[in-house]
Amino acid sequence: MIRVVLPFHLRNLARVEGEVRVCVAGPPTLGAVLDALEASYPTLRGTIRDHQTRSRRPFLRFFACQQDLSFETMEARLPEAVIRGKEPLLVVGAIAGG
Amino acid sequence: MSRVRVLVGTRKGAFVLTSDGKRKDWRVDGPFFSGLPIYHVKGSPADPDRLYASQAGDWFGQVVHRSDDGGSTWRPVDNAFQYEGPIGTHQFYDGTQRPWAFKRIWHFEPSATDPDTVYAGAEDAALFRTTDGGASWHELSALRCHESGPKWMPGAGGMGLHTILIDPRDPRRIYIAISAAGVFRTDDGGESWRPVNRGLTSNFMPNPTAEVGHCVHRITMHPSRPDVLFMQKHWDVMRTDDAGESWQEVSGNLPTDFGFPISVHAHEPETVYVVPIKSDSEHFPIEGKLRVYRSKTGGHEWEPLTAGLPQEHCYVNVLREAMDVDSLDECGVYFGTTGGQVYASADSGETWSAIVRDLPAVLSVEAQTLA
Repeated sequence: MIRVVLPFHLRNLARVEGEVRVCVAGPPTLGAVLDALEASYPTLRGTIRDHQTRSRRPFLRFFACQQDLSFETMEARLPEAVIRGKEPLLVVGAIAGG
Repeated sequence: MSRVRVLVGTRKGAFVLTSDGKRKDWRVDGPFFSGLPIYHVKGSPADPDRLYASQAGDWFGQVVHRSDDGGSTWRPVDNAFQYEGPIGTHQFYDGTQRPWAFKRIWHFEPSATDPDTVYAGAEDAALFRTTDGGASWHELSALRCHESGPKWMPGAGGMGLHTILIDPRDPRRIYIAISAAGVFRTDDGGESWRPVNRGLTSNFMPNPTAEVGHCVHRITMHPSRPDVLFMQKHWDVMRTDDAGESWQEVSGNLPTDFGFPISVHAHEPETVYVVPIKSDSEHFPIEGKLRVYRSKTGGHEWEPLTAGLPQEHCYVNVLREAMDVDSLDECGVYFGTTGGQVYASADSGETWSAIVRDLPAVLSVEAQTLA
């Protein structure tokens, strides 16, 4: 199980509290986690990744194990600690100005 | 006794304001979707408790919420607005061509007869429709694919399709307005469209009377006379008496004919309301005095309505979607400001009072008259 921490507004939209956990079939990549997340919580479709381009929304970032994964490809393998469930994947909203 | 429900979209959530027919004491519910930009909330004429809300921001993209109980509870519905057919290009600010890219829904227009059928106006400009209550959306792509599309361009706020008017005699006739392209009309339910902008003059354009390119801010109609439309353009207040075939300026004695919203009285088709704004460079009322102007003659002759509105130090704006009327016997008029006030008049604009004063900047106001 891979642990994912969503920002406040996406937790509300998905109607979850705290971390969510998803199972990934196949290689444990960033894209596979997002696919699994959207399959488990369809209301998140289009909110983290653009519906058409499938790319990360610019004001959302991905972090894990003190690394910025925002610019990794969707095919990039996640850190081992995330794959083993020891560390969560963090989906973080950019800091708002005003 | 009839009641009124006012649906307010703001930069940081939605609010539902309700009152009885006297419209003196108001209940304020919200914020719903707190912290998130709500461009528009609108109810179905066929089922007033069926509401649709457009949440659209830079962080999480487009989300559509639906309520089946008048706004007490909400649930997200489909948010996939996919352009259909060739994507094509439009003119960008610098004159280059850019491909269409969906950004947000500016406006919902529910069908008069079916709460599951709703039209949605998008930025970049396009028209979508659901016939299953928001479970899926499909583009009426003939509009975006109109041959004039490469000449459309965004205004400062984006290239939004912001107004949708459905002819109550024939729902296959629909008018839409785009900033900055102009007004388009279909007579066949969206299968084909043509621009209806003859008579508009926009001096910022290389050809001021071109068929497309006009920055139309808002159009409105009275349901008893669907061939008569009123328009607040970037500059100029206009009217047409022949379903858009020709437009005439009716700015008359307005102190400035720049502005955003325009509304028609519920029972007097020749009574029109606008909120004059100083200029395209200074988006606030002239002399810091917030004044609604009313014409009882279908334009040309306008009178200021000021009772209860701030007449000094007022530098708010009133956006295009932020004004509406109810249909009680004594028509109520409502508008919201970028300063967070929602003003109401229960006597056709003679006197005003603030329902609320400190909301986030108001993006949209819709009034529902409930049995």
